[in-house]
Amino acid sequence: MAEIQEKPAGRPDKGLLGVLNWFDERFPLMETWNYHMARYWAPKNFNFWYYFGVLSMVVLVIQLLTGVWLTMNYVPSGEGAFASVEYIMRDVEYGWLLRYLHSTGASAFFIVVYLHMFRGMMYGSYRKPRELLWLIGMAIFVALMAEGFFGYLLPWGNMSYWGAQVIVSLVGAIPVIGPDLMEWVRGDFLMSGITLNRFFALHVIALPLVLVMLVFVHVVALHHVGSNNPDGVEIKKNKDANGIPLDGIPFHPYYTIGHDLPAIVLFLIFFCLVVFFAPEMGGYFLEKPNFEMADPLKTPDHIAPVWYYTPFYAMLRAATFPLFGIPAKFWGFVVMAGAIVLPAALPWLDRSPVKSIRYKGALSKIMLGLFVISFFVLGYLGTIAPSPVATLIAQIGTAIYFAYFVLMPWYTRVEKTKPVPDRVTG
Amino acid sequence: MSSSDTVVGGASAEPQPSKIDKSGFNKQRRYFLIGASATVGAVGVVGAAVPFVASWQPSAKARALGAPVTLDISKLRPGEMLGPTPAWRGQPIFVLNREEPAIEELKAPNPNLADPDSENPEMQPDYAQNPWRSRRPEIGVYVGICTHLGCSPKYFGEVQPEPFDPNWQGGFFCPCHGSRFDLAGRVVKGVPAPDNLRVPPYRFVSDTVIVIGEETA
Repeated sequence: MAEIQEKPAGRPDKGLLGVLNWFDERFPLMETWNYHMARYWAPKNFNFWYYFGVLSMVVLVIQLLTGVWLTMNYVPSGEGAFASVEYIMRDVEYGWLLRYLHSTGASAFFIVVYLHMFRGMMYGSYRKPRELLWLIGMAIFVALMAEGFFGYLLPWGNMSYWGAQVIVSLVGAIPVIGPDLMEWVRGDFLMSGITLNRFFALHVIALPLVLVMLVFVHVVALHHVGSNNPDGVEIKKNKDANGIPLDGIPFHPYYTIGHDLPAIVLFLIFFCLVVFFAPEMGGYFLEKPNFEMADPLKTPDHIAPVWYYTPFYAMLRAATFPLFGIPAKFWGFVVMAGAIVLPAALPWLDRSPVKSIRYKGALSKIMLGLFVISFFVLGYLGTIAPSPVATLIAQIGTAIYFAYFVLMPWYTRVEKTKPVPDRVTG
Repeated sequence: MSSSDTVVGGASAEPQPSKIDKSGFNKQRRYFLIGASATVGAVGVVGAAVPFVASWQPSAKARALGAPVTLDISKLRPGEMLGPTPAWRGQPIFVLNREEPAIEELKAPNPNLADPDSENPEMQPDYAQNPWRSRRPEIGVYVGICTHLGCSPKYFGEVQPEPFDPNWQGGFFCPCHGSRFDLAGRVVKGVPAPDNLRVPPYRFVSDTVIVIGEETA
C-alpha cells in the first residue's frame, strides 16, 4: 500500500537538496510550501489593510509563547493567584516583561483583529466563495473574546473579579435555567477560587487549542478559495497560458519579504513602545482597580471591562426596559450576543452586485461610516459610568449598529453601484 | 471498504432484489447498521459527558462552606446598616436597622417601584412578603447582590438629593449600571435590574441574634 513518492524531476540527489528529497519522498514538504507560499497567487493590489491578518498570527505567537512562560510562575488558586502575579512582576527575572508582553498582546490582538475584520467588511471579503472563510473567522473572533474573558479573571484583582461576575451573571438572565446554570458555571455560590481554576484550564489549554486549530482551518480555507482584494475582483477569472492568474503574484517572496516583513517590524516597534513605556495605557490595557486583590464583598465604584469589550458592554447596558414580559436584563444579554454574532450573517445580508466598497453606492458608504462611528462611540460609552444621557446615546448607537446589518439587504440592492473593472487596478 | 454488508452474487441466501441497489449493496441493511451504531454511539457520548458536566457542579467543599451563619446585631443602631461584611455563601448580606419614618415611608404606595408588593415569590420567603420585606419592620435582611448583573449595591441611607436621584428617599444604588432600590430592597422602575433584592432565608434566635441561611432551628 505504501508507495514512495517520486522525487521532483530535475532535482539533484546530492547535498542539502538530497536531504530535501529524502523528506519529500516521505512528506509533502515542497508541495505544501508551494501550495501555501511560493506558488500561492495573491492579488498584486494588496494595500495597507492586508497587513492585519499576518499581524494577528504574529500576536498569536507572542501570546502563546509568553503565556506558556507565565504559567511557569503563576499559581491558579484563590489564595495564590494575586500574589503570584505580584511575584512575577517583582521577583521573577524578566517576569514583568513576560507579563506586559502578554497583557499588551491581548489588546494588540483585538486591535489587529478588529482592523482585519473591518477590511473584510470594506472589500466584501465575506462574499461568495468566501462565506465559510468568513464564518471560520467569526468563530475565531468569538473564541478570542472567550479567551480574553477567561484570561482576565486570572490576575484575581478586584476588577477581574467583578468584571467576571457581571459577565457570568449574564448566564443567569436566561429564563428558567439561568440561576442553576450560573451556579454550574462558577462551581460555587459565588465567584471563587473554584471558578478561577476552571477559567485557568479553559484559558491555557482548551481555548488556545481551539484557536490554533481554527486559525489553521482559516488559512486552509483562504488558500483554497484565494484572497480577495481591494477591488473585489476575482483574479482567477483572468489566467495566462500556464493557468496562473494575470493579476496574481507569488505570495512568497513578494508578500512575505516585500510586504509583511516590514509591516511586522513596524508593528513590533509600536508594540515594544507600549510594552516599555505605557503598558497600562492609562488604565485601558490594565485597569487600576485590578491592582487590588479580589474582594467578593466590595464592588469597585465603577466597573468597566477592558476596552476591547466596551462597545458590546455599552449595548448590554443600553437595554433598560422590559419587552414582551421579558426583563431588560435578558434583552441586554440578547442584544450583546446578537451584536457579537450578527457579522456572521454578512455573506447573506449583502445583496449588492459588487463586493468592494470602492464600487458600492453612497448608501453603503454612509452606513459603513455610521457603523464605525457607532462602534467607537459605544466603545467610549462602555468605559464611563452610566447616566441617563449616556444611556440614550448608547441606545441610538446600538440602533445604528444593528441597522447596518439589518437594513443591508435593502440598501445594497436599491443603491446605484459603479461598474467594476475586469482586472484589478493599481 | 468493509465487505460485511456487501452482498455479492450467491454469498447470501437469495436476497430480495428490491433491497439491492445497482452496485450490489443492501441499502436497507446498511442504513439500519449506520442508524443503530450512530444511536448507540450517541448514547455513549452522552453517558461519557456526564462526569465532565457534573464535575462543574459546586463540590462538597463548596457546599459545606455555604452553611448558615449566625450574626449578632445588638450593636446595630437605627439608620445604620451592617454589611457587606457578614457573608452567607460568600455573598454580601445587608442587615438594616430602619428608623420609624423610613418604615412609614415603605408602607405608603409608591408608583415608582417595579414590584411594590413583592409579587415575585422567588425573591423572598413568604414571611418577607410585606411592605418592608422582612420578619420585623425595623430589621431588614437582604442579599447585597444586584439582581441585574451581580454587583454589590452601595447603601445610601440618608434622605437627601443624590447625583443619581435628586429626590432620593434612602436605599441602595448600584454603581455598575445605575440600578436603584428603596430601603426594603425594592427595585425602582426604569433601571436595568429586573427584580427586588433577594431576601435570604433567616430567623431570629433572640432579639439581637439572627441566623442567615435557615428558617427553622
